[in-house]
Amino acid sequence: MDEQKAKVRTFLSKHLRNHELSDEDDIFGLGFVNSLFAMQLVMFVEQEFGITIDNEDLDIENFRTVNTIVKLVEKKAATLAEA
Amino acid sequence: MKIELTPKQRESRESFRAFAEREIAPHADQYDESEQIPSDLIEKLALQGYLGAVLPERNGGMGLDMITCGLLNEEVGRACSSVRSLLTVHGMVTLVLQRWGSAEQKETWLPQLASGARIAAFGLTEANVGSDAKSVETTATLSGNSYLLNGRKKWITFGQIADVFLIFAQSEGKPTAFLVERKTPGLVINPIRGMLGVRGSMLAELHLEDCCISRSNLVGQVNFGFSHVAATALDYGRYSVAWGCVGIGQACLEACLRYTNVRRQFGAFLREHQLIQQMLTEMITNVKAARLLCYQAGYLKDARDLRAITETSIAKYFASRMAFKAANDAVQIHGANGCSREYSVQRYLRDAKIMEIIEGSTQMQQINIARYACQEETSWQ
Repeated sequence: MDEQKAKVRTFLSKHLRNHELSDEDDIFGLGFVNSLFAMQLVMFVEQEFGITIDNEDLDIENFRTVNTIVKLVEKKAATLAEA
Repeated sequence: MKIELTPKQRESRESFRAFAEREIAPHADQYDESEQIPSDLIEKLALQGYLGAVLPERNGGMGLDMITCGLLNEEVGRACSSVRSLLTVHGMVTLVLQRWGSAEQKETWLPQLASGARIAAFGLTEANVGSDAKSVETTATLSGNSYLLNGRKKWITFGQIADVFLIFAQSEGKPTAFLVERKTPGLVINPIRGMLGVRGSMLAELHLEDCCISRSNLVGQVNFGFSHVAATALDYGRYSVAWGCVGIGQACLEACLRYTNVRRQFGAFLREHQLIQQMLTEMITNVKAARLLCYQAGYLKDARDLRAITETSIAKYFASRMAFKAANDAVQIHGANGCSREYSVQRYLRDAKIMEIIEGSTQMQQINIARYACQEETSWQ
């Protein structure tokens, strides 16, 4: 999980210049998320962790913080493993 | 690095070109004049599988890679931008459903859209809302298990004939996407005629008055209509348009090479005049450059690279400006002939102007590309 968090943090930090990002920081609240970045975030999560973000995963809560993103990744990975 | 089409891609391009040369190009000026595409041509496109080009074979599509899909758009666009615009908007909606549709929507719509049995159109733009797409004024009000849609959509490509529309509306003030079938009570469709270019694209204005649709017609989720649903569609739209612009540029170039080889002034063929050579050289170079940017965007899309979205914007930005310049010079080279209906270059010029406006205007691309470069400052190259 720490490794996943580090990957997500590194990706987000590239876009949040001059901001020390904690795992609980609300990236939407920080005002850095535009539509291009929102799509890139989906692509990053899919590519990096080998999962597919589906229709029902489109919930801002899933993408709000490093912790919630990693939680989503783990949930999707677990579903994949069960399948 | 090897920038070369595979044998299969070359074969596909030849097949696309043969179809476009045979079925589209000879009639394109007529489509422009009559402001419509005949239904039998749409049936032929469907029979070729072109309306399902972007879908995987498991969904009934052709399963084309993005480069081959681009080649299809170039070859169709070289013949007729109006027909290419059908591939664009139909593909945009199809891709959105494949990406963000519910299981039920995928099962219901993808086979029908892939086969061309049903035609889809993209309903984002309104009279007061163009580039500022998040601010659509159409509303969607949840009432029990239904949504009531109210508002007006304008400049909807192939709205005159589409069977289903992807409509963007504010649901409790949040941008949201919905599927609205043509037969839905409360949906009134009025044709728009007399446009400058892409005149065969059968534009329409849609009036939605208490248009009642099932809650299951929601595409994606509430509040994700712009950031994910429209963004997915527009990204493909820009890709398709960029390639279509390469097609316009190529058509201009070929028309000019033909004309300058037969037209004589001052006792010499036009091709021998240096100022004509200058325009031809610009055209040749810019068409090639635009095509290379499209290859780059397609390659990144197939690789699912994060840079693909912005590289597609760059390709669209350059290719649409290139197409307008190439068409402008093509008319200049053709002189009075180029301003007449006897030559297609006047159509290319009118169509090319539209390319600088649709799927994100040139100015919106400038804003987005520069922002991205600043955001990615450390890795930009």
